[in-house]
Amino acid sequence: MNIFLHIDNISHIFKANLTAGERIAAKLGAKVETRSVRAVSDVTLSVRKGETLGLVGESGCGKSTLGRVIAGILLPTTGKVAIDGAPVMENRHKVTTRVQTVFQDPFASLDPRMKVGDIVSEGPIAHGLTTKPEARKYVARWFERVGLDPVWVDRYPHQFSGGQRQRIAIARALAMQPDVLICDEPVASLDVSIQAQIINLFLELTRDLELTCVFISHDLSVVQHVSDRVAVMYLGRIVELGPVAQVFGKPAHPYTAALFGSVPKLVLDADELVQFNSIEGEVPSPLSPPSGCYYHPRCPLATALCGTSQPVSQKVSDLRTVACHHYKKQLAEVLSD
Amino acid sequence: MIEPILSVKNLTTHFFTRAGVVKAVDGVSFDLAKGEIMGLVGESGSGKTVTGFSLLGLVDAPGRIVKGSVKLNGTELTTLSGNELRSRRGREISMIFQDPISTLNPMLTIGQQMKLAIDAHEPLSVRASEARATELLTQVGIPSAKARLRTYPHEFSGGMRQRVAIAIALLHRPAVIVADEPTTALDVSIQAQILFQMRDLARETGTAMIWISHDLAVVSSLASKLAVMYAGRIVEEGRTATLLRAPRHPYTAGLIASLPAAAKPGTPLTQIPGITPSLLSMPPGCPFAPRCDRVTGRCEAEPEMTLQNSRGWRCFHPIGQLAEAPV
Amino acid sequence: MSDERTPLNRFWAEFRENKIGLVALVVVVVTILLALFASIISPQDPYDLAKLSLMDSRRPPGFVGSGGYTHLLGTDPQGRDLLSAIFYGLRISIQIGLAAGLVSLTIGTALGITAAYVGGRIEALIMRLIDLQLSFPAILLALVIVALLGQGKVQLISALVAAQYAYFARTAYGAAKAERGKDYIEAALATPLSGRLVVMRHLLPNCMPPLIVVATVQIANSISLEATLSFLGLGLPVTEPSLGMLIANGFPYMMSGRYWISVYPGISLIILIVAINVVGDQVRDQFNPRLRK
Repeated sequence: MNIFLHIDNISHIFKANLTAGERIAAKLGAKVETRSVRAVSDVTLSVRKGETLGLVGESGCGKSTLGRVIAGILLPTTGKVAIDGAPVMENRHKVTTRVQTVFQDPFASLDPRMKVGDIVSEGPIAHGLTTKPEARKYVARWFERVGLDPVWVDRYPHQFSGGQRQRIAIARALAMQPDVLICDEPVASLDVSIQAQIINLFLELTRDLELTCVFISHDLSVVQHVSDRVAVMYLGRIVELGPVAQVFGKPAHPYTAALFGSVPKLVLDADELVQFNSIEGEVPSPLSPPSGCYYHPRCPLATALCGTSQPVSQKVSDLRTVACHHYKKQLAEVLSD
Repeated sequence: MIEPILSVKNLTTHFFTRAGVVKAVDGVSFDLAKGEIMGLVGESGSGKTVTGFSLLGLVDAPGRIVKGSVKLNGTELTTLSGNELRSRRGREISMIFQDPISTLNPMLTIGQQMKLAIDAHEPLSVRASEARATELLTQVGIPSAKARLRTYPHEFSGGMRQRVAIAIALLHRPAVIVADEPTTALDVSIQAQILFQMRDLARETGTAMIWISHDLAVVSSLASKLAVMYAGRIVEEGRTATLLRAPRHPYTAGLIASLPAAAKPGTPLTQIPGITPSLLSMPPGCPFAPRCDRVTGRCEAEPEMTLQNSRGWRCFHPIGQLAEAPV
Repeated sequence: MSDERTPLNRFWAEFRENKIGLVALVVVVVTILLALFASIISPQDPYDLAKLSLMDSRRPPGFVGSGGYTHLLGTDPQGRDLLSAIFYGLRISIQIGLAAGLVSLTIGTALGITAAYVGGRIEALIMRLIDLQLSFPAILLALVIVALLGQGKVQLISALVAAQYAYFARTAYGAAKAERGKDYIEAALATPLSGRLVVMRHLLPNCMPPLIVVATVQIANSISLEATLSFLGLGLPVTEPSLGMLIANGFPYMMSGRYWISVYPGISLIILIVAINVVGDQVRDQFNPRLRK
């Protein structure tokens, strides 16, 4: 496999940031949270050039944290990220512009006091991709590319709708001419009809510009639509990774199967219009994950082994891995449905 | 014909802001039968949330109900005084909000909050309130409910908090519950649990529900009938399965077609061009005309709701009918 | 596309609607103009000791003095025309208030934003210093510094700055901490852009609204504090009559019926301070609903 983006053994722990007062209180027995959160544990991923990797999971699974590590925004506790061999972070700083991010909330990710043209041109000017006199034309070209009227470069963010602001955010990321794009829930805050527009824009741009993408979302249908491969995360670990059609069609991990099954799906030509099942229990707190396999308390296939031994990622096929002691049973179950 | 438990006719709520009059809800009418679950679907700006708020009389200045009628159990709600409305709110009609964090008072335990809610309408002794609260918490699926009465909201997860909100809404056995996007802020798996729970609860208690959502799949899993809103109006309504399988209004069809689930992976999605109109300055005629591919000169006039056996659509050129020659 | 106006235009349009705020703003502007042109519009130069005549001292309003003109508000114990003295006094009040306010704003903002942005031990150190500073009553601090440095405009402004920069620092810290966590700051840092650029271009402008509110209030406070110090005889020297000193001069005469010497400077001081506070309130209220939206 031709690896372009390599995420090597990333772990990130959020330590409880206690003030001196809180530390004393904790010693005296007050209820202060001193535990740290293992947001991401031992994640290793490789993405090919031009591929879109979807990252899915529920809240607390670590996908946003992992996204920020890959984007060079957050320095991981251990591990490193490299694009085409070159490291993303060095000496606690991001040293490349080759990876850019589109954030979730289009209302919060644009500086309300700056003209949108300046927001988009700021990075390119600082990194020499364009000059101050040329900036206007440079931004205008990117505006057109994302479907915005170049006349609007002098307007302020509050004058745009949510979908338009997200286009501006995309223009900002692309104006840096990145090779890798991290999209953190880019359509979650948008209306359904606008989502379709932005998803189409995303597909078109990633194809035209040959971008390698990591698409983070909790919306499984969106991920299924835009990704080539998908990684499913649970409490900071990747439980399954593989081509979208395979993982969605024949999940190998019990969590994947349960998760996909619990999303209401409109199946217009079936007798039952909406199909879904419910999962037992809730995601445990990342402050105190279960022993052994994190999913075992809720897993229908769990055995004693699962309570004591953390499963490692095993190869199911060439492009597919799963971290489960009983994945073969899971695959067999799905086939028999 | 059984009398509907909730009858809304021509409900109109406007917001009188500095920038102009925002016609958030512009003539909404529907009936809700006992034990029926209706889905109110729409995107942001469609007026669905303001409709819900209007039913409970929770619209704050600068907005107010300008005209129309809301009849609950035969009583007209829009003309009631503040006190009379308050005595019905929570007892005959109650609401569940989207954000479970802000619904519950962080300073009170669950038990205290539920007691407050109980005392608001029919004060019970401490023991009786505890019993009632425990009964309801168990009904909504909270384990060890009696012990949980002494916990604070922040000790609960989001899903649990929403269940508590549902329990509070059910305390006085209301005839109608208005649920405004109650599962949108929750994880997928929790959403699934709560959807199943609500379905069972509605059946057990006979409570009618209005489920407001932007998510067609979620709302269709519960509701037996749907009303689709656009720009403050209901543009289509009907039984869920019929409406989704054969939509008549181009907006409904566009919504269904633009779902990622409807397309082959990797292919461009069907998209509705343009953006939702500003409620401040709506052009005359059909509000969807600027984005519609079936538009003709006729659409410069405002379409009325065409009703046909509990199926309704507000369009001059509904799908399933040949597009007429331009006038 | 909605609302085509720039943020400043929108702000001014909303401000205009509140009549009381508008009146207060007019009062402040008029006062500033009076102060600016004090030397031109005053019938007498109260600093020119040669022009003063003790024959004219303590005369009631309406008295025609040895200079040949009517003293509209009377004269003070040194024979100064009170109206002129008040104009010059207002000028001093505004000069000192503005100077102290602006210097405090700069120093306080720099400290607060640094603490919020850098974090860690530096943040803890700076904020503990600020907390310590805030626990002292402003006037006590100002008195100590004036006692140490002596009298004079620069010394007075330094004392006022020392007493007030902490409020700015605390406000700037709070605002910067809130903005620091927002997506647009993270997006700018992720480009990557240097910390300096992000602070100057993104963080600072977005922290300005609460700082402007604090600035208006603190300018009023400076004026009041300076008048207090001058009243106690610790402000500016006797040859530069600030409003506080004028009030002090007239104090012994209050009981003997010569009220005008204290009362008129007092009223002008009050009007100025209240007007600035009302404008400050209006500005603060206007920033709030927008933030809530």
